[in-house]
Amino acid sequence: MAEVVVRTTDLAKQYGEGENAVHALNGVTCAIYSGEYLSIVGPSGSGKSTLFNMIGGLDRPTGGSVFINSVDIAQLTPKELAFLRCHTIGYIFQTFNLITVRTALENVVLPMLFAGLSPEEAEERAMKKLDLVGLGHRYHHRPAELSGGQQQRVAIARALANDPAIVLADEPTGNLDLKTGQEIIDLLRRLNQEEGVTVISATHDHKMLGVSDRIFHISDGKLERIEERT
Amino acid sequence: MPNDARTTAIKDTDPPFWVAWNQALASIRVRFWRQAITTAGVGLGIAFFTSMQIQRLAETSTDPGAQVRSVWLAGTALLMCLVGITNSMLMSVTERYREIGTFKCLGASDSFIVKVFVLESLLLGFMGSLLGSVIGAGAMWAVVNLQGSRLGFGSWMQVVALGTGVGLLMTVVAAIAPAIQAARMPAAAALRVDV
Repeated sequence: MAEVVVRTTDLAKQYGEGENAVHALNGVTCAIYSGEYLSIVGPSGSGKSTLFNMIGGLDRPTGGSVFINSVDIAQLTPKELAFLRCHTIGYIFQTFNLITVRTALENVVLPMLFAGLSPEEAEERAMKKLDLVGLGHRYHHRPAELSGGQQQRVAIARALANDPAIVLADEPTGNLDLKTGQEIIDLLRRLNQEEGVTVISATHDHKMLGVSDRIFHISDGKLERIEERT
Repeated sequence: MPNDARTTAIKDTDPPFWVAWNQALASIRVRFWRQAITTAGVGLGIAFFTSMQIQRLAETSTDPGAQVRSVWLAGTALLMCLVGITNSMLMSVTERYREIGTFKCLGASDSFIVKVFVLESLLLGFMGSLLGSVIGAGAMWAVVNLQGSRLGFGSWMQVVALGTGVGLLMTVVAAIAPAIQAARMPAAAALRVDV
């Protein structure tokens, strides 16, 4: 079996206190393996996004733990958490979330500068990443000058900037039309198979589920079922 | 080849200064009109304050009532300008919470994010308050001198310096307070904020 890259034990998240408390997650224990293409599905309000945020170190659990590469992220200082996000996790969002005032190339370069690369080195590597997602020729454009699909490709290149152990994609096709969505899915799958990128995505998209290695079904804050597909 | 967090030493430094500086400049250049309106908000407040300040200095009447009135006017102007600047800067920072959340996802430290906002607000605050002071104090200085007061050029310079200083300080304080708050938020919370 492949190496475990993310492990959660009895993970819980509660919003609010006392009687008004909402239990978004109720004890989720799971393992995610290096190199797999995993989808997390569940109706809205099921805790899918909360689980996603916990795995990505974007939010702190109220119970249980998340280990990324055997590091318990609840123990990290804000500085160490920033370091983890920079080096170990790549994020892709439904709304692309590019830095609007910077060009495609600058968006991919930024995380590399945070990682301590020199500007020359970073630009050279960023161009390679943009070529990898098929946008090398539009490196000089700002997000507003790119289509949704192109913006999402830049976001994917940016997520891969520091060769992260996992790439987290939150509804990556949610704001795209069918054809563009399919292209993004194909791209993620290709990166997963050819570059060995671990992809974890929260999604509703059936096409996305179709290419997944495993599917986590979340319901009422619990991991209800794990579907293995081969 | 994925990086392994266990084998990579935690580097406790931010990227070089120019990374934050370039980000601040890009933010001003690309959002030029939005930023110009924020700067105008700062400038107008300071122009009002400095003009009242000039009028107070030009007040020659020995009537205690008139003196109290002019101090009252200048004080109220200062208060209004502080509230105006704070409002302008709060708006311009809170509408960018999602950008702050995104920066956190890219691995920016809290201090990097705050640094970008300090630089941006220093630039905007300086331009806005200098322009506002020069125009506000200048216009009122011309008016009082035409009305027969003998208010020297030195007083105008002093009021311009005071106005620029007050405006700059207020702009930076009003910008970094929400920026620090946003930078300390869990990234998920900052990304969720929609203004």
